[in-house]
Order: sequence, then structure tokens, then C-alpha cells
Amino acid sequence: MIATLVVTKSWYLVLAAVLFGIGATGVLVRRNPLVMFMSVELMLNAVNLTFVTFSKALNDVSGQLSVFFVLVVAAAEVVVGLGIIVAILRRRPGATADDMSELKG
Amino acid sequence: MSVELAVFVLTAAIILSGAIGVIVAKNPVHSALMLVMTLFGIAVLFLQQDAQFLAAVQVIVYAGAIVVLFLFVIMLLGVDQAEQLRTEPIGGQRPFAGVVVAGLIALLIAAVVAHSGAIGASSTSGALRQTSDTNIEVLARALFTDGVFAFELTSVLLVISVVGAVVLSRKPKRDATSGKAA
Repeated sequence: MIATLVVTKSWYLVLAAVLFGIGATGVLVRRNPLVMFMSVELMLNAVNLTFVTFSKALNDVSGQLSVFFVLVVAAAEVVVGLGIIVAILRRRPGATADDMSELKG
Repeated sequence: MSVELAVFVLTAAIILSGAIGVIVAKNPVHSALMLVMTLFGIAVLFLQQDAQFLAAVQVIVYAGAIVVLFLFVIMLLGVDQAEQLRTEPIGGQRPFAGVVVAGLIALLIAAVVAHSGAIGASSTSGALRQTSDTNIEVLARALFTDGVFAFELTSVLLVISVVGAVVLSRKPKRDATSGKAA
């Protein structure tokens, strides 16, 4: 596979796995809530790439249909999440994810 | 096939460098711009796998709407100052996160490699369902037959998210001294 250097589906899947790992690293390490959100988007995109790859490999359009719904849910999630971030950061500017522990009351 | 290889290698480099840029950039604005780079790379890979409609939607929705929303919030809140990345708030968190993620990636790659024969079996066949119709026709037919119920539910979800965003970002009434508009 590698010797003939033909791009197989496995290459796409490995790329998606690495991209997912990078996104997971961002969520785990960064403390700025906005950057954490962007890392979640990276993970969603890695999954989308996997969906499209299997859609092509299995000759079935259902994978692309799933990507469609993932896009919609991601858009809704970003809208609500950014609303929450705006509400929190307006009250206390410069808050990080660590400061959210104050919400425990 | 060599064209496909060149496109894949170039796009993979763009995607991975953009993704790493997202998580290492100190300034959130730079992170958002790196995210655009990654999303365009993903769109190119969608194109390469005969998902033309999704590639267009990826650029329009993600790069055009979601990242602009991110940038809008960054500018609105003025949180574009550099974050302090040197200090580690929880001791040993970053090495632990690195180990966990490395294990995750290794497991995923091992799973892919172990089943690479089954995955790549039909990769060279040209008999796609998408060759008879265009990609958007096939996708629309599947969306409005198999997925029509989920499609209707997404409208409810979008309405809920719009109402939620308006409620969450509304300015409290007592806060009369408003410097920044919301």
C-alpha cells in the first residue's frame, strides 16, 4: 500500500484520527473557552471526514447525510455556546475555564 | 493517481498545520484564522471524495458563518489579548493530556491499519451511485426520503438555538450603565 503510494481510504482515516487527537489536545490543554470551542470544531470536522470517507468507500450516501446533520448540530451548538460565553465574559472579563468552577455556588 | 497523492499530501499538511496552529496560537484571532485554513483543507478532501455539495456547504457554513461568528464574539468581547500559556494551572495536566491523546491516536490508527484490507477493498471501484446522478441529487433524494423526519427536527433545533442565543446574550435590565453593545 505504501510502496505503490496509492492514496487509500486508510490514509484519510488516519488523517482524521490525528486531527481528532489534535482537537482533543486543544480541549484538554487550553483554558480560553473560545479556543476550546474551536478545538471541538476540529474534532467534529475529523468525524465529518471519516463519515465522507466511509461514504465513498462503502458507496453509500448515508454518510454524507450524517455529515449534513452534524453541520446543523454544530452550528446550533456554536450559537448557544457562544451565547453562554458572551454572557459569562460580559459579567467577568478575562474568565477562563478554571473560573467556571465558581458557578458551583 | 499521482495527482490524487499530491493533493492529499498537500492538503494533509495544510490541515495538520492549521489544526496545530489552532491549539498553540496565543491570540484567539490567530486560532480562528488557522481554523479557516483547516476547514478549507477538509473541504478539498471532501471534493476529492466526490462530496461536492458538502465541500461547498463546508466552506459556506463553517468558514463563512461559524468562524465569522467566532471572530465576531472575539472582537465583541475584546478577549483578543494573548493568553498566558507558560504557566500550567494544574500540575502535570499537559503531560497527562499528551499521553491520553497519544494513546487515543495510536488506538484509532491501529484499528484503521488492522482493517485496512476491508476498508480499501472498494476504493478503486468506479461504480459509485453518484455517477448516474450528480452528488446533490443523490443527497437530496436521501435527505427527503430516509432523513426527512430528522430534517424536520433540525428546524426545531435551529429555532431553539436562536431563541436560546437571544435569551442568553440579552443585556440584564438593571445594568443601565452600558458601555458595550450586545
